Amino acid sequence: MSSVTAGTGRLVHPTNEAFADIRGEIEAEAAAHPTKKRLGVFFWICVSFIVLVAALATFANLLPLPNPDLGNYNSVQNGGPGWGHLLGTDDLYRDILSRLIYGARVSLVVGFGGALLGLILGGIPAMISAYRRGRVDTALNTGSYVLLAFPAIVAVIAIVSFWGHSMFKITLIIGVFGAPLIFRIVRASTLSYATRDFVLAAKALGASDTRILVRELLPNIMPTIVSFGLIVVATIIVLEGSLAFLGLSVQPPTPSWGNMLNEGSSLLTGAKGQTNFWLVIFPASAMFLLLFCLNVVADKLRTYFDVTEIKL
Amino acid sequence: MGRYIAKRGVLLVIIILFVSIASFFLVHLLPGNPTDTILGPNQTPENVATVNRELGLNKPLIAQYFIWMGHVFQGNLGQSFTTHQTTASIIRQSFPIDLELIIFSQIIAFAIAFPMAMAAAKRPNRLFDQASNSTTFAMLALPPFVIAPVLVLLFAVHWHIFPGPASYVPITENFWSNIHTMLLPSIVLALGSIVVYFRLLRNDLISTLQEDFITMARSKGLSDRRIMWRHALRPSSVSLLASAGVTIGSLIAGTFIVELLLQMPGLGYQLISSVNQDDYTVVQGITLFVAVAIVLINFIFDFLFTIVDPRIARE
Repeated sequence: MSSVTAGTGRLVHPTNEAFADIRGEIEAEAAAHPTKKRLGVFFWICVSFIVLVAALATFANLLPLPNPDLGNYNSVQNGGPGWGHLLGTDDLYRDILSRLIYGARVSLVVGFGGALLGLILGGIPAMISAYRRGRVDTALNTGSYVLLAFPAIVAVIAIVSFWGHSMFKITLIIGVFGAPLIFRIVRASTLSYATRDFVLAAKALGASDTRILVRELLPNIMPTIVSFGLIVVATIIVLEGSLAFLGLSVQPPTPSWGNMLNEGSSLLTGAKGQTNFWLVIFPASAMFLLLFCLNVVADKLRTYFDVTEIKL
Repeated sequence: MGRYIAKRGVLLVIIILFVSIASFFLVHLLPGNPTDTILGPNQTPENVATVNRELGLNKPLIAQYFIWMGHVFQGNLGQSFTTHQTTASIIRQSFPIDLELIIFSQIIAFAIAFPMAMAAAKRPNRLFDQASNSTTFAMLALPPFVIAPVLVLLFAVHWHIFPGPASYVPITENFWSNIHTMLLPSIVLALGSIVVYFRLLRNDLISTLQEDFITMARSKGLSDRRIMWRHALRPSSVSLLASAGVTIGSLIAGTFIVELLLQMPGLGYQLISSVNQDDYTVVQGITLFVAVAIVLINFIFDFLFTIVDPRIARE
């Protein structure tokens, strides 16, 4: 619910008297929908944070960072933040900053990869199904209900524990479980456009189904896909993080933010009775900031494109 | 209405059937087999044959499924390979912990979210509304596995306000120390629910308060408090109830996390330890139990939903 503020952008008024009543309508329209839509500075800060994390994770090998999996036994065990190790070290003498940067890879690859896979498995059938309707659509729709009723976390825990914990497998499993959710989003969005006149017009002009789907419908549902897609990415990152916290995602020594939180929270009290804040605070903050930025970007995009809440 | 419930009932049966098939085949179709896991290094052809016979693994898969389902209907979910405890008794011991966590967290969540949403909706876009709105928006980015370790670090380890890990006391043993240990994990779980309840209720209240019948009530001279409680609250709680199903699903993930973190022997803790010991019958049993429980709860909420808002069934 955003507050509707009166638009400040002045329209060029038609001078002809005959346009007087139309002019009134245009002005009312302009007041209801501000003509200058802006994403705002905050949006761009959040986008840059996500890009920064992605860039650091991608080029981690080129950065002057200590090995994330191997500790330097000359440094302090569970040492606090300092010049040698900006964010401190863990109980295996490993540099936390380095582990954070390498660990971002897991969240980003699983999050975006899983969402992309879900989009391919769920989104494409959803568009075709919503456009064609009929029995197949009814069956797929019921199927997606059934799949969504199955609690993802339980299913993913069970599958991962029997199948394996590699990043590829986790992305695959979470992507498959994300597909019914994306199916529902894309289907609802496609349905709202499939019966519009412009689709009918395209049909009358003899456009093929493929052309209608790709050239007429896809551009219209793109804003929905992008803004809800980012929410799906955030949801998947949370799911992967939860798995990692339970010790069921990528296995040590490979760092991920979830398993850093898991390892850290078992070592909160240090040998000298001190509290090891840095073991938990830094991965928790990193995760919070990434999820927060994804939510902000998705939320601002939704307002910007005027995507209404869709009924799932 | 009867037709609607019958339709949902059929869907429920389909879902439960699917859940049972998935829990069963999950274990059997994936690479690696239970016999290898049980025997570990002591694999000889004779051992393998014995174990296969004992577990019924030599029969065709479909037959195994029906045998398993037959046992499930008799309340027999198999037994653990490591402790030889039956899965049913493990569930009976640990499920009350999850139930207690969920009930406590929901009480806390309702006690905070309702007054907060009403206060915010009373004056939309004013200071309190904006503050609570942006706070809850930020809290959307704090899933249990992020906030739980931080709260444990601060309140249990650093300030010693709440007991730390592995201090769970059953409620039958000592009521007050049980409540004391349950408080921190319940707060962690409540945080997620507060966000959802607050946002849904606030939005619905704001739109309800603009309806004609509210203007009517105002013009009759009713007090704001009475309008809020007697007129606006019920029509505004529809999407809240509708979200309950989703909330239960995410609460389960949350209970797993706090149980593992605080070493409370609930279902999640048992599930993860059986996973780590490759105790496949227990994993299968708990998966089936949790999945069916969630599906049933969803169904019950759907039913409640049609009572609160009969229009749903007519659509």
